[in-house]
Amino acid sequence: MLQGVKTRGYPSLQELESAPGYPSPGRLEKGPVAVIECIEEIPCNPCEQACPQHAITIGEPITNRPHLDEDKCIGCGLCIPRCPGLAIFLVDLTYGQGVATVAFPYEYLPLPEEGQAVQAVNRAGEPVCPGTVIKVQNPKVNDQTPVVTITVPREYAAEVRGIRRIRRER
Amino acid sequence: MRKVDLAIVGAGPAGLAAAIEGAKRGCSTLVLDMNPLPGGQLVKQIHKFFGSQEHRAGTRGIEIAAQLLHQAETEEVEVMLGAEVYAIHDRTLEVAWAFTGDSSASSSGGGATPPSRHLAIAARRIILATGGAENALNFPGWTLPGVMGAGAAQTMSNVWRVLPGERILMVGAGNVGLIVSYQLLQAGAEVVAVIEAAPRIGGYGVHAAKIRRAGVPILTSHTVVRAEGRTQVEKAVIARVDSSWQPVPGSERELDVDTICIAVGLRPNARLASLAGCCLHYSPRLGGWVPIHNSRMETTIPGIYVAGDLSGVEEASTALEEGRLAGICAASSLGKSNPGDDERIAAIEERLISLRSGPFCQPRQDAKQELIEIGEVQCCKE
Ligand SMILES: Cc1cc2nc3c(=O)[nH]c(=O)nc-3n(C[C@H](O)[C@H](O)[C@H](O)COP(=O)(O)OP(=O)(O)OC[C@H]3O[C@@H](n4cnc5c(N)ncnc54)[C@H](O)[C@@H]3O)c2cc1C
Ligand code: SF4
Ligand code: SF4
Repeated sequence: MLQGVKTRGYPSLQELESAPGYPSPGRLEKGPVAVIECIEEIPCNPCEQACPQHAITIGEPITNRPHLDEDKCIGCGLCIPRCPGLAIFLVDLTYGQGVATVAFPYEYLPLPEEGQAVQAVNRAGEPVCPGTVIKVQNPKVNDQTPVVTITVPREYAAEVRGIRRIRRER
Repeated sequence: MRKVDLAIVGAGPAGLAAAIEGAKRGCSTLVLDMNPLPGGQLVKQIHKFFGSQEHRAGTRGIEIAAQLLHQAETEEVEVMLGAEVYAIHDRTLEVAWAFTGDSSASSSGGGATPPSRHLAIAARRIILATGGAENALNFPGWTLPGVMGAGAAQTMSNVWRVLPGERILMVGAGNVGLIVSYQLLQAGAEVVAVIEAAPRIGGYGVHAAKIRRAGVPILTSHTVVRAEGRTQVEKAVIARVDSSWQPVPGSERELDVDTICIAVGLRPNARLASLAGCCLHYSPRLGGWVPIHNSRMETTIPGIYVAGDLSGVEEASTALEEGRLAGICAASSLGKSNPGDDERIAAIEERLISLRSGPFCQPRQDAKQELIEIGEVQCCKE
């Protein structure tokens, strides 16, 4: 069970799609939506209270996996910085012609800047395509977990989950 | 000799939670910790915590420590820092100052400064919350500078802001190995690889995923064969292991690293409990030798209680709950209770069961149950 997570360190697409936090293809087509990549039964639940729409449920026991009510999710992204596992992303397949956005938590310095060209990486940290930073949000409520949004070619949206870290100059 | 109702060893989440409950019930309460900073493990946990919202999950560990300390101060708990308890006999604690001549080794709350290099404290009840200790791993070259516990690396980087090395090999893919790797990346180091002898990653998938997308490989079924270097680590040799954990000949590989961090588990730090005469029980699932305790957290020595990682290596959330339980029970044995304490105890027990459910934690629940059953027979009955 959970072969991908437990041997490679990240879930396979198949594992994700069968988890209750992963939106359906139909929902993804409709616009921005949370993608919860938390598929093990661990004792954790801050995501549940993070969502003002009550779209995320864990319930009792606390080891239940987060369930996304995809029709309630309005794609606001407020849940992203509240997850200590940094396991929630926001994907918008409707951003533009052939262009999608992926938002992810990014707790490294220096932060990228809006407009910056970046290397988008997949779950294994391998570069998959170029991306452009369109938003870097770090308000106080994020408690030092900035959320970065990048645009990528739409066909890479299911794969891209971060960017190659920007090295600090020494 | 200084006299208190309740003396607590360890100012981690378990000790502070216990102190707050004791003081709330009118016990004069003193917490002793050998570290210069209060908070136990929490002072170096700069990540947002797991657990339930009730246990302030989503809050960073350091902030949880600050909140607990603030609450302890409000309840007039006295916290003495730099104070190492080196023996306990007849409910007397022998304390030595870990930082002699350092006036910063003072207290918060009570405002006392260490009067001399040694102090004896008579306590009516004692709660031991000494936490866990890192396991070591022996391999050729393990004594070279640059080989260190992952916890040590975490303390260097997060508390003292010194990067332990530039290129790091992490040995062990449990939660500690994964989280410390992430924090070393954040601090600007490169984590060359995380290796794990078991065929599967032990820690949470979400922690593994964080460092994977940062480009760090996690090699399961791999071990460190030796460290090489003249005066410090310059290289690590790793190899694949077979199903009986033996290195596969010919699979050795050299990694260019200057630091090897060992994260192969914690064990209960039971030395002081053992010195005090508490009977121990061997429980691999709880991390090794643990003091036997009953459902009230009392050990086989009447009046001495335990809580937190000392009574089984778990998490801050369980440490907080066990600390609360020990604090309430120790106070109650002195005839100091608050109305509603029975319900409070029942609620804590329920939360502990909920925290110990699921495939990750159920084995701990079973081990804990076994320990408490032994405790119910062997520990004193009131
Ligand atoms: C890398 C890492 C990440 C973690 N992440 C999480 C997480 O996300 N969520 C979570 O819930 N938990 C997490 N934990 C676990 C959590 O930090 C511990 O379970 C918790 O701190 C245990 O609390 P404690 O009070 O029992 O012990 P500790 O916090 O270890 O405190 C023990 C204290 O006792 C003192 N002490 C020991 N012996 C003596 C003596 N003889 N005299 C005086 N003082 C003494 C020590 O100095 C120490 O301050 C993590 C742990 C690590 C290492
Ligand atoms: S994106 Fe907004 S609406 Fe959707 S689950 Fe997250 S917090 Fe809730
Ligand atoms: S907060 Fe994050 S890690 Fe915790 S259960 Fe929710 S999605 Fe999983």
